Amino acid sequence: MSIDLSQFIPSFLEESFEGLELMESSLLSLEQGDTETINSIFRAAHSIKGGAGTFGFDAVTEFTHLVETLLDEMRDGRRDIAQGDIEILLDSVDCMRLLVMSIKEDTTCEDEKIIEVTAQLEATLKGSDISSIAETSNIQVNNETASDQTTWLIEFIPEHHLVKTGNDPQFLFNALADLGEVSIEANSSELPALNDMDPEELYLSWSITLVADIDIEEIKEVFEWVEDECQLTITKKQIPSSQDNNNTPQVKTDNPLLINEPSTAESTNNKQNNVQADESAPPIAKTTEPELKVKPAAATVKTTKPKADVGSIRVGVDKVDSLINLMGELVITQSMLSELGNDFDLSKVERLNRGLEQLLQNTKELQESVMRIRMLPISFAFNRFPRLIHDLSKKTGKQIELILKGEQTELDKTVMEQIGDPLVHLVRNAVDHGIESTDVRLANGKPEQGTIILNAYHQGGSIVIEISDDGGGINREAVFNKAIEKGIVDGNTSLTDSQVFDLILEPGFSTAKELSDISGRGVGMDVVKKNIQSLGGRIQIESTEGKGSTFKVHLPLTLAILDGQLVRVGSEIYIIPLITIVESLQAQSELINRVSGDMVVYRLREDNVPVLPIYQLFNLEAETKEVEGSLLVVVEAEDQKIGLMVDDLLAQQQVVIKSLNENYQQVEGISGATILGDGSVAMILDIPGIIQMAQNNALKSFNHKTDKLTYSEEVTH
Amino acid sequence: MDIQSLVDEIPVEGEYSLEGIDFISSGEQYLTFQLGSEQYAVNILSVEEIRSWETPTIIPNSPIDVKGVINMRGIIVPIVDLRIKFSIGEVNYLETTVVVVLKVELEDSTRTIGFVVDAVSDVLNTEDDEIKKSPAFGGSVPHYYIDGLVNVGDNVVTLLNVQALQSIKPHE
Repeated sequence: MSIDLSQFIPSFLEESFEGLELMESSLLSLEQGDTETINSIFRAAHSIKGGAGTFGFDAVTEFTHLVETLLDEMRDGRRDIAQGDIEILLDSVDCMRLLVMSIKEDTTCEDEKIIEVTAQLEATLKGSDISSIAETSNIQVNNETASDQTTWLIEFIPEHHLVKTGNDPQFLFNALADLGEVSIEANSSELPALNDMDPEELYLSWSITLVADIDIEEIKEVFEWVEDECQLTITKKQIPSSQDNNNTPQVKTDNPLLINEPSTAESTNNKQNNVQADESAPPIAKTTEPELKVKPAAATVKTTKPKADVGSIRVGVDKVDSLINLMGELVITQSMLSELGNDFDLSKVERLNRGLEQLLQNTKELQESVMRIRMLPISFAFNRFPRLIHDLSKKTGKQIELILKGEQTELDKTVMEQIGDPLVHLVRNAVDHGIESTDVRLANGKPEQGTIILNAYHQGGSIVIEISDDGGGINREAVFNKAIEKGIVDGNTSLTDSQVFDLILEPGFSTAKELSDISGRGVGMDVVKKNIQSLGGRIQIESTEGKGSTFKVHLPLTLAILDGQLVRVGSEIYIIPLITIVESLQAQSELINRVSGDMVVYRLREDNVPVLPIYQLFNLEAETKEVEGSLLVVVEAEDQKIGLMVDDLLAQQQVVIKSLNENYQQVEGISGATILGDGSVAMILDIPGIIQMAQNNALKSFNHKTDKLTYSEEVTH
Repeated sequence: MDIQSLVDEIPVEGEYSLEGIDFISSGEQYLTFQLGSEQYAVNILSVEEIRSWETPTIIPNSPIDVKGVINMRGIIVPIVDLRIKFSIGEVNYLETTVVVVLKVELEDSTRTIGFVVDAVSDVLNTEDDEIKKSPAFGGSVPHYYIDGLVNVGDNVVTLLNVQALQSIKPHE
């Protein structure tokens, strides 16, 4: 039985994607040009080609070969690095990504783009160096049989289930081709009618002529893995030289696995005397439309491969070392504690306490280190943007400079994976709606080139990603009017600037005058908002008309664990994320004021902090209903402080966040739940959500009042 | 999982056969329970477990039939009181009050929800042709929750649609 190569496929895929990313970013910086960069691009392409060859992903091999040829010419200085070539290479990288993707997803890749780019690549190559093409496609001409070489006739009749066991005849033929010159004839006489055909079965058999000075054992070795699953006859034969020149037109056997035309009769007729070696280099020959032809066969083989998409992380050695150190300490603490427990008496309580404290410390550090393993620098998510900007700027004709900042800021892997698409959308928006066209910019006295800045930094326990542009900014009036027109808001509502900007995140909202294929279908921003919210984050928009806009995405560093303050309201226990707490205090009656109707504010130094009783917000029974003398937990989010009124402050502890969505749904004001030490469930408060909730409630009752007012005004008119 | 596939796998006679359970039945099995004085049933394959009542943690501003959430071996499971949802019987929490935890595979996820009922009664075997259509008028239980009616002796058991039960009303 063959070694199961498929177990290495995930690592191949991962390396290929990394290689493609490297190629892409290098190609973009190549616009200035230097040999070192070309070398690194070439190396990346070469290793992808090599890997694909090993696994028999011929579509990738063939395509990459073309790319490599082009790069080789650039590397050797035989070709100047022209802008057009770089564009083709960038397109090729896309195609290679499509091809590799199709392997990953186990589908056949039949994208027209690949055919198109293949043609372009070939045209480019032909333009400079015809010989390299000729070399690859006309191998059948160099058809020679040296007199001292032996000719082997191999009849290979595989059982129908051969490909199901993961064997690909193509591998065997490739291996034979390494031994010497081969000519392969497929016999499709057993091929059933299309209706009766099982796509996973192999109905073909082959007769192979191998011209090489080798031993029969070497041929047997090639078929070693499949010898139980086929009928194999190997005969030695001296061929009269006349047959060499027998130029019977070849039946199309570009790929011996696939006979898509019913040319059976013809092929069997020719079978007897056909010795031509047009298959000596199957992966290279006939490069015109290789993908479509090769893919079906490859797909058939792969059906047995299990879907293994667990993903993996590359971790720095220092992080692993620190884990091992911590492990060591933990073991020492553990042995100390168990020794202490052997003959314990009350005099040792202090030592026990010390030991437990040490254990706590170790556990905490261990937890932090384990979390750090999942942290990756945000450059992983930022890397794709130079290419995106390059393409968009070409498409829109706007000149754009992209500045990346804070690329080393670390972020949880899961968060990173899910934030990619929303970020792409925001950047596309910035290019499409944000940056004005060149003449508008010049007319407004701005530099011709627009700037988009991507910035990432830590703030408290969260990470902030900023996407800012120096474009036209958001037109407050246009957004507001559009929102009224779409019925998202009521014309009489008064909204703050940021509330108006938030409207563009509502479903079905697009202010672009014309739809473009970059953005503007109005189905994007609400999805962006939803994605960010599902990660426990939020999005904030700042904009100055004429100056530009900044989208700030706030995300939690990790999704799993949170430092929390336990508070009690009535009989319920809630958890307030520690990072949001400014301070906790007992309300002094002289600092309590009632303003603007019935709002209670508490004077905290210079700030007037609105007081929000949790029992009112959540409709609970509580012990403390008067603000005077109650416990206030002052929390802050989005530059807004509020005082949450609670009955009691309990312990501080780390809690594991469990989602409410899984079996229930998102609840306003609650970011999740957790399980406390006694097994009961406690809700985790979502502070920005609570502030939003309080604002909405206030707005509702305010609008309710103004509705009546406008009504009476209308009557008097 | 289909009960039929189990039938194929388990020998009907011989040492492995389970006594008292009629595997030859082509229909499905239902768990019956009581709400007030009425009998209801759900497909037994969707029953994850039956728990005794424990006071759950309140979900703020939830509809009145959602009593809160409990911790079921590390999973947060919402608890819905079917008696309130369907306005049947008296809502009191006694020693016999139980929570039937149902698990349903939706398109891309599974959802586990516990339902408070007065008592669980029996396992009901029924053939498909024994299930009768429920009249489309009257009653406090909305029609889309009901899959059909089955006569058991003198009583009538209402079969509930588990997927409909699992759908959650958004908060107001």
